[in-house]
Parts: sequence; structure tokens; C-alpha cells
Amino acid sequence: MPSLKDLKNRIESVKSTRKITKAMQMVAAAKLRRAQEAAENARPYAKRMAAVVDGLAASVAGSDTAPTLLAGTGEDKVHLLVVMTSERGLCGGFNSQIVKLARSHAEELLGQGKTVKIITVGKKGREQLRRYLGDHLIAHVDLSDVKRVGYDNARDIANDVLGRFDTGEFDVATIFYNRFQSVITQIPTAHQIIPAVVPEPEEGKADAPAHYEYEPSDEAILQDLLPRSVATQVFTALLENAASEQGARMSAMDNATRNAGDMIDRLTILYNRSRQAAITKELIEIISGAEAL
Amino acid sequence: MAETMQFDLVSPERMLASVVASEVQIPGAEGDFTAMPGHAGFLSTLRPGLVRAQTEKGEMAYLVTGGFAEVTGEGVSVLAERGVPKDELTQEAFDALLADLKRAHDAAEGTAADETGRMVAEITTLGRELGLNAGAA
Repeated sequence: MPSLKDLKNRIESVKSTRKITKAMQMVAAAKLRRAQEAAENARPYAKRMAAVVDGLAASVAGSDTAPTLLAGTGEDKVHLLVVMTSERGLCGGFNSQIVKLARSHAEELLGQGKTVKIITVGKKGREQLRRYLGDHLIAHVDLSDVKRVGYDNARDIANDVLGRFDTGEFDVATIFYNRFQSVITQIPTAHQIIPAVVPEPEEGKADAPAHYEYEPSDEAILQDLLPRSVATQVFTALLENAASEQGARMSAMDNATRNAGDMIDRLTILYNRSRQAAITKELIEIISGAEAL
Repeated sequence: MAETMQFDLVSPERMLASVVASEVQIPGAEGDFTAMPGHAGFLSTLRPGLVRAQTEKGEMAYLVTGGFAEVTGEGVSVLAERGVPKDELTQEAFDALLADLKRAHDAAEGTAADETGRMVAEITTLGRELGLNAGAA
């Protein structure tokens, strides 16, 4: 049975923890709004970029001179996984979700006898992945100094990936991130960026691709656009991830605050009961002492 | 203004402009061109330069550092890697931009270095035309 003083200390400490989690929740809420805004602002560019690339890709598809970023290297041996996680913890299952998806993906590929290379973005995922797939980690991108992810961060990552592709380090690249759906739901997503995935034209949707004049040629434009498109997709993923992280942290901290509240209630009841028991005990002692006389 | 079309300028981080314009001058990779309403479908990459749009409120100009432009009969979309409104382009902003590009140039190798080098040169020239000093950066 803990003494009254212990209980009191315990209640105080849980109270201050609750204050911290409450503050973190509010900070996350503010950051979430900003992150969501950033993701929203980036959407028009990404959408148009995808539309143009799809259009161009459809017109070049099948030709022998299609760029390798679109057609692939013709092989499917070495896979590069770019796993994006957060730099900080205390955000619920956010990082574990991504790591779990990436891990099952990697194990499936390894089971098929393929080579897996992993680039991690964000410290937390690296720590978790090192335990399971330490031999496959080839690089790490540190964003802990970056307050707000900008397009430049995405371009640096994309350039790194593209450089490795040019030197033939891998055949297929996939990015892993959490897609933001709501504060409570984030969907871990795997998205193949190299070679570019061109959606099949829908059956019955017989609109011919818009006719464009290209300057320079359509293939030269595609050559120029594909690296940009990769950077754009990385950027979108980074932004979605940032929004998801704040959302996950917000709901995790909300839970923590509520749990702390419950705990305080329980401890307070326990404290009052022990205090009452102590008083009763003293009374009994006094009464039985008086009776004995 | 008799005929108009939609003009959108988007950068990866935000939408810079979405206005109605009567004509838009675009610095295409193989030469500047002006798009007017009813222009044939046209897709071109950009070189660094100024995009100028004639709108109801007068001319709007933006400095862009590459990207591409999509022209249809109904409108023009410019997707710029980086876009700065000309009015906001003060000496400091210009210096920062140039320093950024130079850093990219120093880090680049091979053909990428040629490209970034050209970018630095073009932006420097452009700055001179606008009366900005490129020596400071």
C-alpha cells in the first residue's frame, strides 16, 4: 500500500504529464493545419504534371526510343525502396505502419530472389528498419534540420535517386509514405516512381489525346519532364507524410491526455480512500483505547 | 479586351497566378513566343526568363527558372520550377535566387553542370536587363 505522500506525488506527476501531452496536441493541431495547407497548395502542380506526363507517355509508349525512366531498364532485379518516416517520435503508430508495409514488401521481393536496396528518409524509420533489414540500407536522408519541407528537399532526394538510376544501381524504385486521409486515419502507401506507371486508358473513354505541337520534340520534352515528375511525386509524398505525421501525433496525444485524465481520477479515488482509512484507523484506536480504561 | 483566356502559373509549392489574360509571352526553350486565345495546342519546355501576361489590370510579369508551358485554345498553364513575381524581385531576392542557383551549379557534375551553368548565366543576363546587379551574389 503506497503511503499518502507517494500517492500525492504520483498524482502531481501525472498531472504535469497531462499538461505536456495537451500542449503537444495543440502544437500538432496548429502544425497540421499548416501542413494540410501546404499539401493543398502543391496539388495543382502535381495534378497537371501527372496529366501532361501521362499524355506524353501514352504517345511515346511502345516506341523503342522511349526514355528508360518510362520504359524501365528491361529488368526487374534490383528494387530500391525509399521509405519516408518522421524525424520525431510520439506520433502513435505512424512510423511503425510505414515500416511494416515496407518490410513486408521487402521480404516479398527477397523471397522472389530479388535484390533490395533501401533509402530511408527520416530518423525513426531508419532505427526500426536497421533491426530487420540493416544490410540493405544504402543511404539516409536527414531532414531533422528542416522546419518545413520545401520543393528543394524533394528535388535533392529525387536527384539522388535519379543519379543512382543512371549509374544502373537499381531497376525499379518505390516510395513508401503515409497518405493523409483524416486525423485518425493515415493510409500507408507504396507508390512506384521509376519506371513511371502509366494508367491504362479507360475502355470506352474514346477521347483521343489532345493534339499538341511539341517544342522541342515530344521525346525531348519527356526526357526533361520525367525527372521533374519524379521530384514532384517525391514532394507530394513528403507533404502527405508531414500532414499525416501531425495528424497521427495529434490523435496520439489526444489519447494520452485522456488516459492521463482517467489515471488522475483513479489515483484521486485511491488517495481519498486511503486517507479515509487512515482516519478511521486512528478513530478506532482512540475509541478502543477509551473503552479499555 | 475582346478575346480572353485563362492563364495559370503554378509552382510546386503554390499557385502563383490564375487570371484571365488576353495574351501571354512565354520564354520557350527554342525561342520566346506569345500565346493568344485560340492558339493551337502546344507544349514547350521553358528557359529561364520572364513570363508576361496582359490582363485587365495591366501586365503581370514573373521570373521563372524553367519548367514547361501548356497552351490550348482556352488557356495557358505554365508550370514553373520556381517563379517570382517581378514586383517582388528586389535586389536581395535576386541575390538569394542567384546564390541558390550557383550553389546548385557548384554541386552539379557533367551535363547537369552545363545546364546549371547556363541557368546562372541566363538569370544573370536577365537581372542586368531588369537593372539588378549580379555581381553582389
